Amino acid sequence: MISLLLILISALFFVGIVTKLKAKIAARKMPSIFQPLYDVIRLFKKGTVYSPVTSIIFKVAPILYFSSILSAVFFIPFAGEAGLLSFYGDFVFFAYLLAIGKFLMIIAAMDTGSGFEGMGANREALYSMLVEPAFFILAGSVALFTNNISFNELFANLHISTNLSYTIGIASIYVLFYIAMVENSRMPVDDPKTHLELTMVHEVMVLDNSGFDLALIHIATWLKFAIYGSLISNFFIKSDWNIYEQIAIYLGVQFIFACLVGIVEAFKARNKMNKNPQWIIVLSAIAVVTFLTALIITQKITLH
Amino acid sequence: MTIIFFQIIITSTILLFLLPKRHQNNISIFLQAGIIVITSFWAIQTFTIVDILELPFIYLLGNSIPLKIDKLSAFFILVINFTSLTGLIFAKGYLKPYFPKKNDTEIAFHYFNFLWLHISMLLVVMIRDGLAFLIVWEIMSLVSFVLVIFESEKKETVNIGLKYLIQMHIGVVFLMIAFIVAYTTTAAEFSFDGLSVYFASNNPFPLFLLFFIGFGIKAGFIPLHSWLPHAHPAAPSHVSGVMSGVMIKMGIYGILRVLSYIHNDLFDIGLFILIISLISGLIGVSLAIVQHDVKKLLAYHSIENIGIIGIGIGLGVIGLSQNMPVLAVLGFGGGILHILNHSLFKSLLFYTAGSVYKQTHTRNIEQLGGLIKKMPKTALFFLLGALAISGLPPFNGFISEFLIYSGMFRSLQTANLLIDIILLFSFSGLAIIGGLAIFCFTKVFSIIFLGTGRSNRTQNVTEVESVMILPNFMIGFLILLIGMVSFLIVQPLMNVVSIFTENTSLLSEMIPVFNNISLSSGIFISIIGIIWLLRDWQQKRHQVTENDTWGCGYTAANPALHQYTATSYADNFVQISSKLVNVKKEYDNFDVSEIFPQERSFETHSSDVFEDNLVSKPAKIIFHFLEKIAVFQTGRIQDYLLYALVFIIIIGILTYFNLI
Repeated sequence: MISLLLILISALFFVGIVTKLKAKIAARKMPSIFQPLYDVIRLFKKGTVYSPVTSIIFKVAPILYFSSILSAVFFIPFAGEAGLLSFYGDFVFFAYLLAIGKFLMIIAAMDTGSGFEGMGANREALYSMLVEPAFFILAGSVALFTNNISFNELFANLHISTNLSYTIGIASIYVLFYIAMVENSRMPVDDPKTHLELTMVHEVMVLDNSGFDLALIHIATWLKFAIYGSLISNFFIKSDWNIYEQIAIYLGVQFIFACLVGIVEAFKARNKMNKNPQWIIVLSAIAVVTFLTALIITQKITLH
Repeated sequence: MTIIFFQIIITSTILLFLLPKRHQNNISIFLQAGIIVITSFWAIQTFTIVDILELPFIYLLGNSIPLKIDKLSAFFILVINFTSLTGLIFAKGYLKPYFPKKNDTEIAFHYFNFLWLHISMLLVVMIRDGLAFLIVWEIMSLVSFVLVIFESEKKETVNIGLKYLIQMHIGVVFLMIAFIVAYTTTAAEFSFDGLSVYFASNNPFPLFLLFFIGFGIKAGFIPLHSWLPHAHPAAPSHVSGVMSGVMIKMGIYGILRVLSYIHNDLFDIGLFILIISLISGLIGVSLAIVQHDVKKLLAYHSIENIGIIGIGIGLGVIGLSQNMPVLAVLGFGGGILHILNHSLFKSLLFYTAGSVYKQTHTRNIEQLGGLIKKMPKTALFFLLGALAISGLPPFNGFISEFLIYSGMFRSLQTANLLIDIILLFSFSGLAIIGGLAIFCFTKVFSIIFLGTGRSNRTQNVTEVESVMILPNFMIGFLILLIGMVSFLIVQPLMNVVSIFTENTSLLSEMIPVFNNISLSSGIFISIIGIIWLLRDWQQKRHQVTENDTWGCGYTAANPALHQYTATSYADNFVQISSKLVNVKKEYDNFDVSEIFPQERSFETHSSDVFEDNLVSKPAKIIFHFLEKIAVFQTGRIQDYLLYALVFIIIIGILTYFNLI
């Protein structure tokens, strides 16, 4: 329950912090941290425009997308306490739940019959396909390390004690960070601030969404960031700390995560479009490194 | 008693030829219902009361051949019965346009063969005797060949059918050799049951390999698959649905049946199945992405799903050999459940694709588009199938993949280094297959059903008649049932898995997990409901308007001209896998002096690397050689008499010197 509340709270400010920091670095006038919130509230007060080309798919997709991500929030544990839903292999369900939302968003973009949205849809489909193994290999290496296959137990039994296990921690956080960037279509895979439809990925997919639907899509992005932030924070929070410390550290990690996203976005240029697949596969390669490290720690590979 | 009814019904299929074509479908369904009731009764009996049901069936060369039904057979009987039933109901609507073209006998022949495909598949899973098995296996190949060439007026179709027939016979030769080898080495009975003697005393791998090639050609494992992407598109859709849904699973049945007799040296076999399956899965789905023919695309997906089934079985065998009960039970459980699941969503996809073909007369998806507005029910069922085949919750495909995943993740720590590396490849492979399936089905669904029509074929399209929608409802119900209330299938699954390993109670431990999955799916669906109501409430208070799709300020062209096509959708995948999918583009370049470019053509073709190198090239070489021999075929009777004379003289000389 705490985890759900914390994710919802941190989701509210996440994108605000990112934008504010980016503006600060670029020496622009900073928007308020609540600006994304205002935008969404304004969208909720607006009507919706549908294209006559679209069908029922276009109307249900944002709802399913949002619901899949909101349901995914229920799986996230907090400091040794299981999420609202927790069972053996829940991270497989989690990954496929996010996939069903994405499936619907991709076909909704194709539903508009626009060449630009098709372009975005097909890039999103390719990138999310390529990023999938990284998540599974990462989960696999933590499962190998802790012999547990639900989110909660994965983290509860993750004792970072030896030097080698720091490797797992650092590599996992790095991979999770960039999975979050790819899943949310941020730098270096996609530039949310670009003005040219031809170079967009996620932004061009939602060109035709408006009003309530667009607001849902925005909130879904916040939630996705907060979900990955919480997963990362679970590497730091120990279950024997008292609850205030845990919450403080949690919010601290989310804040630092948001700042990192802002900094990466401010300094990094977007990859060339056809370099992206290669770049994403590197994430899986790093995940394989964590897997091998886990094999060393469990003494299946012995080093001399 | 029931066996006599069974014999009477299968004999009375011959009566179809006496009937006019308008009654044939109903009579076929009536006969089929009889077969289904009897065999399902047997199957349920084996699941609940007896372990093995043995019934006297027929006399062959003086031997009584019994039907022997164990839990594995029972499972396959139920799968075969359901898909064959939906196929025949679908055929009622699908064959109607062919009625004016075909006469009574042709239609009767088709129904007769369809029923016999059903019967021969049932017999394949019930007969253990080697010779009788090969005979019913052969009947199955022959009747399916006749079904494939239903549109025999097209030359292309007959060619494809012949290719299929030849490959099936290569398969049956391997099976025959395998049986004979086992029989001659051990002198045990010429049957499946005799194999256990051979496997107990010999290295099982070589003989298993023979069986694997024989059965693998039917199942469509890469590189034995090359008939599949041709035969499925050529056959009528209800036939492709049944062939892809259950007939190729007969290959899997054979492999499982042979595996059930092997108890030693299992590791090599497991690894072999796993590697072949991973290759089939990955390459199958990659080749599917570049197809434009919807049924060919689905055929490649069958190869992919056979791969997933094989991954489960391979892991199960490895689990058995390494004494890892979790991996064994969940691997076999997932693989076997995927057999059922695939038979459901693949037949659903073939039926809906068939409905689209019937209404638009094209299988080329580049000519379709926007059909969801004209065929809403077909579209939604296709979408259901697409979501299920991509392994997404809350549908059935997820449940079987989930079993395989949990088997792998739960075994990671107890396994040794080699097994860990194998598991790493397996679960990343499975994740990539899942991702690619999503890529492929977002493509095919959007191109056929969404956007606007890409040619005039989509103009006067209407929804198909309700008899063609009915099977979709039946299949859709089961897809949702297995996906949402998955604990129901645990008990039957335990029964089937018990053929291979005793620790089936590990599967019943999955019940709480399945209940949690159902709960999570329930929460997901209720959130959807709540948000939907919220949006309704919001949109009632605000204006909902209609306006054109945003074309980035360019309003001159109509959207159908610049919307994404299947080729462009697949293009970024083709770029990163060009070696594998072998796509060739043909187009004229723009001339520098051309200020206003004229209309021009652009073509892409893909070819199957395995088919090119393993079937087409060797076949060409053989043809080349045979053409040289053909100089003897002069067509003159004098020459042939001369050959006969020479032959007799040679025989005479050889006998004289006691050489023969």
